[in-house]
This record gives sequence, structure tokens and C-alpha cells, in this order.
Amino acid sequence: MKNIKILGTGCPKCKKTEAVVKEAVTKLGILAEIQKVEDIQEIMKYNILSTPAVVVDEVVKIKGRVPSVDEVRALFNE
Amino acid sequence: MFDLIQSFADWLIYSVLGITANSHLAATLNFFFYETIKIFVLLFIIIFLMGIINSYFPVDRLRNFLSQHKLYGLEHLLASIFGAITPFCSCSSVPLFIGFVQGGIPLGVTFSFLITSPLVNEVALALFLGMFGWKITLIYATTGILLGTFGGWILGKLNLQQYLTEWVQQIWINASRDAELFKEEKRTFLQRLPEISYEVNNIIKGIALYVIIGIAIGAGMHGFVPENFFEQYLSGGQWWTVPLAVLLAVPMYANAAGIIPVIQVLVVKGVPIGTAIAFMMGTVGLSLPEATLLKKVMTIRLIAVFFGTVTLFIIISGFLYNLIL
Repeated sequence: MKNIKILGTGCPKCKKTEAVVKEAVTKLGILAEIQKVEDIQEIMKYNILSTPAVVVDEVVKIKGRVPSVDEVRALFNE
Repeated sequence: MFDLIQSFADWLIYSVLGITANSHLAATLNFFFYETIKIFVLLFIIIFLMGIINSYFPVDRLRNFLSQHKLYGLEHLLASIFGAITPFCSCSSVPLFIGFVQGGIPLGVTFSFLITSPLVNEVALALFLGMFGWKITLIYATTGILLGTFGGWILGKLNLQQYLTEWVQQIWINASRDAELFKEEKRTFLQRLPEISYEVNNIIKGIALYVIIGIAIGAGMHGFVPENFFEQYLSGGQWWTVPLAVLLAVPMYANAAGIIPVIQVLVVKGVPIGTAIAFMMGTVGLSLPEATLLKKVMTIRLIAVFFGTVTLFIIISGFLYNLIL
């Protein structure tokens, strides 16, 4: 099962990213555990400079912006 | 190009809606349609251009560069310039701050970025361009960058590391200047285009309502508030108007998008331009929400010093503007 983390301190962009990821996962029908990480010390472990960010199986895939649903879907087609 | 938009607005108000020229209503509506169309066109163009720049020069690249090169003072200017072209989301200020600390970048340099980033951004520039023309826009951008450069430089000289929160101090001590190499993404322009367009649309959608409301308020004031209305109260040259405006502005946060149209009308109605711009900088550049976020990485003392220094610089800028403009 895929582990997806959405890193963000709670601003609207981070919430939108979470929604986008959930939609993509639902449309793809894959099994995934989606977690929202809001604790700043946790977020910094991924060494990113701006939120929101999307991490899949502990690899940062998207950082600093809200991805589109298609973009998230493409992540899983690799 | 603007003439085209003005002609359209004139046609719409006078011919189509048949409102008499020289009436308050006409002035208001004309202003509203003209400004709205013009602003959105400018917003689209500028945000798009910035998006392209940011795709090729993300903040990671800056951090890497700053981390590995000692520039003898110029790094403040560079950080500031980068702050200007990087879009700012106050929620990113904390990850960014820590990221820079992690990369071993001096505090002052990080502050340079943090000061300029909210002040000079593509939305503010597009709006300034539309409402005040390119000369004022250039002055504003330059001021924002200089403010960041010098503000950050001074803050750097104050040796404020001790006022970072505990866990950030730990990171500071363990910082390494051999930060991960910035891996340039080998993608063509066309490959990047979808996400740039998506981002442009998101940004514009996010501020559209504020812009329209701001322009609407501005339009109302434009049409119905008498010329020189504010002049009687504010331009008497009382020295305290600039500091007062800035002090009122700092705790407030308004979207640059919404407030610039209002500022423009204030200026037209007699508020000295220096006071108006200082007010805007105070509103957009410093805010209570931002302070709240920064509390995670800075002690109150540090935030106070940071805000205090920037406020002072903004007040000085306000005075200077009133003198030279």
C-alpha cells in the first residue's frame, strides 16, 4: 500500500493539496494511506523550503505548490 | 493597449448602458470596468512571467547558491531580489526560514528574503503597474528590495541567533554548508507549461474576488468622494501621519490585491503618496498572522526586533516618498 504524506502547516493551499491528492487516489482506485503532516519539525525532516508538499513512500515528489489532479495521478503511473 | 480597454469601458458605460458622462455613477462604473479588465490582463501576464522564472529558479537553487558562495555583503541583495520574484505564501515562511538555517545561511540574509518577499510579489507589481504606472512600480519594487537588503544586513549585524527558539538553535549549530546539490530538473519549457498555467490560474482565482471588491470600493470612492477630500486632514505636512499610517497598518493584513485599488483612490483624493505606500507596505509586509507563524521559530524578542526594524524602514521610506514625489 502506498504511503502518501501531505506536508503543510494548515493554510488553504495545503488543504487544497490534500483534496487534490484524495481525488486522484480515489479516481485511480489505488490503496493508499494518506496523512497530513502539520507539525513543523516533522515537515522539516523532508528538507523542503516551501509548503505544500507531497511525499510518496518517503520520497518528496512535489514541493512548494498545489498540484493538479492529473499531476498526482501521473505520479502513480511511473 | 490600455487605450483599447478604456475605449471598451467608455463604449460599455455610455453607449450600451446609456449613463450620462460626467455623472458620479458614470465615473464609478467607468473606473470599475476599465480598471478590472486592465488589472486582470496585467495580472495574467505578470504572474505568468514570474511563474516561468520560478520554474527555472526555485528557492532551492537560491539556497544552494547562498550556501556555497560567500559574497561579501551582496548576498543580502541577492536574497532580496529573489524574495521579490518568488511568490510568497505566509505559511511557507517557516519552512523557508528553517531551510535557510539548515543550509548554513546567515540570519541576516534570510531576513532579507523574508522582508522583501511579501512586499514585492507579482500581484502587487501587476496592480501597481495598472494603477500607478511603471515609474511608481519601479520605485516600489526598488524600495522593497533595498528595504530587504539593508534591513536584513542590519538585522544580521545584531547577532540575533540567540533569540531563535531552542530547536532551531540546534539546527543552526548543526547547519552544514554542503547542502544537497540543487538538481536541475531537465524538463523543457513545454513540459513545464501545464503546471505553470495551473499555478497562474490558481493564483488569480484566489485573489479575483479581493481584486474586484478592492476595485469596487475604489470605484465608489472615485465617483463619489470629492476631490481632495483627504487632503484637508492628511497632507498638512504633520510629521505624524506617516508613522501613524504605518503603525495602523502593521497589525492588519490585507491581500495586496484588494488594497492597492483602494490606495490608488486615496492618493487621487489627496492622501500623500508616501503615506499611502507606507501604509500599504505596512499592511502587506508585516502582519499578525505572519508573526504568529514565526513564533514557532523565533522568540517574541526576535520577532519584535524584526518587525520593529522593518517598520522603521517603512516609515523612513514613507517620509522619503513624500519628499521626492
